[in-house]
Amino acid sequence: MTDLSVSAPPVSRKRRSGWDLLMANRLAAAGLFIFGFIVVVALLAPFLPLANPDITDQPNRLLPPFSDGHLLGTDHLGRDILSRLIWGTRVSLLVGISATAIAALFGSLIGLVAGYARGATDSVLMRFVDMLMAFPYILLAIAIVAALGPGLLNALYAIALVNIPFFARNIRGVTVSIRNREFVDAARLSGKGHAAILFTEVLPNVLPVIVITMSTTVGWMILETAGLSFLGLGAQPPTSDLGSMLGQARAQLFTAPHASIIPGIMIFVLVMSINLLGDGIRDVLDPRLRSGALDRPMPVTRIDRKTRPAPALSDAPALVVENLSTGFDTGGAVTPAVRDIGFRLAKGECLGLIGESGSGKSVTALSIMGLVASPPGVITSGGVYVDGRDVLSMREQELIGLRGARVAYVFQDPLTTLHPLLPVGRQIAEAILAHEPVGKHAAHARAVELMETVGIRDAAVRAGAFPHELSGGQRQRIGIAMALANDPDIIIADEPTTALDVTVQARILELLQDLRRERGLALLLVTHDFGVVAEVCDRVAVMKNGQIVEQGNTRDVLHAPQHDYTKRLIACVPALGEGHGFLDRVRPLFEEARA
Amino acid sequence: MTAYIGKRLLAAIPVILGLSIIVFLVMKLIPGDPAQALLGSYATPENVERINRALGLDRSWPEQYVIWIGNLLHGDFGRSYILNRPVLDEVLERFGATLILAGASLVLCSVLGILAGIASAVRQFGWTDRIITFFVLIGISMPAFFLGLVFILFFAVQWRLLPASGMYAVYGGGDLLDLLRHLILPATTLAIVATGVVARLTRAAMLEVLRQDFIRTARAKGLTENKVIYRHAFRAALVSIIPVLGIQAGFVLGGAVYIETVFQWPGLGQMLVKAVSTRDLLLVQGGVLVAATVYVLVNLLADVAQAMLDPRLKA
Repeated sequence: MTDLSVSAPPVSRKRRSGWDLLMANRLAAAGLFIFGFIVVVALLAPFLPLANPDITDQPNRLLPPFSDGHLLGTDHLGRDILSRLIWGTRVSLLVGISATAIAALFGSLIGLVAGYARGATDSVLMRFVDMLMAFPYILLAIAIVAALGPGLLNALYAIALVNIPFFARNIRGVTVSIRNREFVDAARLSGKGHAAILFTEVLPNVLPVIVITMSTTVGWMILETAGLSFLGLGAQPPTSDLGSMLGQARAQLFTAPHASIIPGIMIFVLVMSINLLGDGIRDVLDPRLRSGALDRPMPVTRIDRKTRPAPALSDAPALVVENLSTGFDTGGAVTPAVRDIGFRLAKGECLGLIGESGSGKSVTALSIMGLVASPPGVITSGGVYVDGRDVLSMREQELIGLRGARVAYVFQDPLTTLHPLLPVGRQIAEAILAHEPVGKHAAHARAVELMETVGIRDAAVRAGAFPHELSGGQRQRIGIAMALANDPDIIIADEPTTALDVTVQARILELLQDLRRERGLALLLVTHDFGVVAEVCDRVAVMKNGQIVEQGNTRDVLHAPQHDYTKRLIACVPALGEGHGFLDRVRPLFEEARA
Repeated sequence: MTAYIGKRLLAAIPVILGLSIIVFLVMKLIPGDPAQALLGSYATPENVERINRALGLDRSWPEQYVIWIGNLLHGDFGRSYILNRPVLDEVLERFGATLILAGASLVLCSVLGILAGIASAVRQFGWTDRIITFFVLIGISMPAFFLGLVFILFFAVQWRLLPASGMYAVYGGGDLLDLLRHLILPATTLAIVATGVVARLTRAAMLEVLRQDFIRTARAKGLTENKVIYRHAFRAALVSIIPVLGIQAGFVLGGAVYIETVFQWPGLGQMLVKAVSTRDLLLVQGGVLVAATVYVLVNLLADVAQAMLDPRLKA
């Protein structure tokens, strides 16, 4: 378990409205500004002092930009390009937005009905949608235009049709997840009809997805309709949109490039402003995609210590942790996760780090080798001494060289902590090769040996298996074999048995014990289970709210716990056949229950 | 694996049949009476009836469809009355040129998109990321047909570096080198949009994977950051990138329509545009069907590649 939820006071943050968030995104704001400007100018076209876009003037054909009376020059028939550009933008906008609206309407309807009805209706509708998607995008539109005949309206229908699947699929997905929610059940029980439920209960919750899909596809649709017009399959003279302007000017590309380049840039600017705005809208409406949620963790946790501790300790045991504090950077302020952690671990010794989830024990364990995900993790103070040297003062490469070689980890759930797509034998061999270039064959042979050591039968065959083909216990044995690969001095086991059932748990603990005795390993065992500590550990450190509240020999702590919290943890280990006695025994230890 | 491929091939059959039904229905959208159009002023009721019977248009739609599909299976796609040659011959001849163009673009957009996406994810929020994100945005907002014209203007007219049109030089040439020179501009233009899409999705997939627990394990083993990123993270991200490449195959096949027109590339797209304006419907029908079938098969290939990379999917 990674203890990310820390019981520190939540940073008070104002909830910002969608509009504020959109404006805070500078790119989206710029997109909105440009798009808004284009829309306003296009709408005002009839009132602007523009030349008639359709009046031809042969003597003044192909004038360059900045000519008298023609700011952007004239085209091959002497028509004013600026005027045609603005009127053409009007058409392009209208067609693109109409196509989006039609696709959104029919696509959403299909998605809503399919997702809500499920069963046969669902499969028939979705098979139809899949068929539409099986065409290479624009080719279906071309087939439709071929059948209906070239023309702006037909191009609009064709583009709308080929975009229906995007809406249908997205909206169906969300509808399926909503239809079984409690509020829909409640509406059903209150006697509402299906149509009423669909439009008053489901639709409002699906609306953000429709808006996101619209805002991210409208740019495409403008581009595609312009494309059809460019090919001569869309707008027909005398109507012209940006695409057909470009298509007609292409014949004079070499003599008068401005006639092609101006409408081309216009399409580009229009589509780009819409895409910027669309991305911004998506980020606001879909918080999962908001930037920052997907931070890439760096190779080593960020270290930001105000005072640097001594870089080396003389005659230190295998592992010394001193005044270690780690926190999470929540945009400006660092929320502390663990504070002033200190403990020592000698060769051949086992220290149990125990506490409830959220107490900071995993963060402590991961901080030792700088493995706390960062961002947001940051180590704010203290030192971690391996063989007397502070690893947090080392260069990054040196620290990475220690990982797995001197200090190895065993993690909690080996289904998620082993690479799902690599054979387990290779994953072990990789750990060897990272520190010792012995060659692939030798590494593989050692991996198989290690697998035998940790008690996997048919190791040579099993080495080729993928994690999902093994049982939970076997997977954890692989995790342990991987940790042993380079004969480390210290093993940090972060809840190594929590994901396993009890009998397997006992065997894994036994294995760790044996290995510790045979190899003289120092073992740091992170757990929430005092039963495990009692069985395995020489000493124990109890953690609560990010601090160690009590530390001592396991026997002493078990027999005479000093801290209330320790007493509770000890009491929480149930004995077999205890029945209701357990609750009676535990209750007085919890203040909340005493009242 | 063979069993898996067999299963996927079987599953592709109804999809291809579905495609043919949609194409058939689209052709039924044609306004007006085909017999009337064909006969023009000779359209007396008797003549119309005779033509309808001859073309099988007096039968029900399902019957017409079955006859049509039977002909297709025999390789009879009809005859183009404008070109006066069998549709299939013309389509197959043109399709070779399109495959070269679309294939080159697909390779280009995959390689560039994936590299840019990884670089962007690895340097998240850094300058590399910002610059790549900026170019990706330009790429996906750029009309390919316009970019093609700009390329011609600079690379062919202004700097005279590359040929502006066609597949081979008219005089001399005709070898592979000549083909490559002619291929560079159209393939690059066609790849730009798809590169943007691939880069975006690669970045997202990499960021998603880099947060997974098994990446932490790889780091805990002491692997260098390069190995963590390229061997562990990219390997896992590739599973979600491959279907995207399959979809891009459709984008380049479709986008070829514009690019072939701009660069006078003698492919299927150029043929389709001409056929639409001359209303050579059988040619449109045949071209679209062949392209769509190839697209289905490419996606099948993507599925198989994905299953080979991710053993969990084969079950």
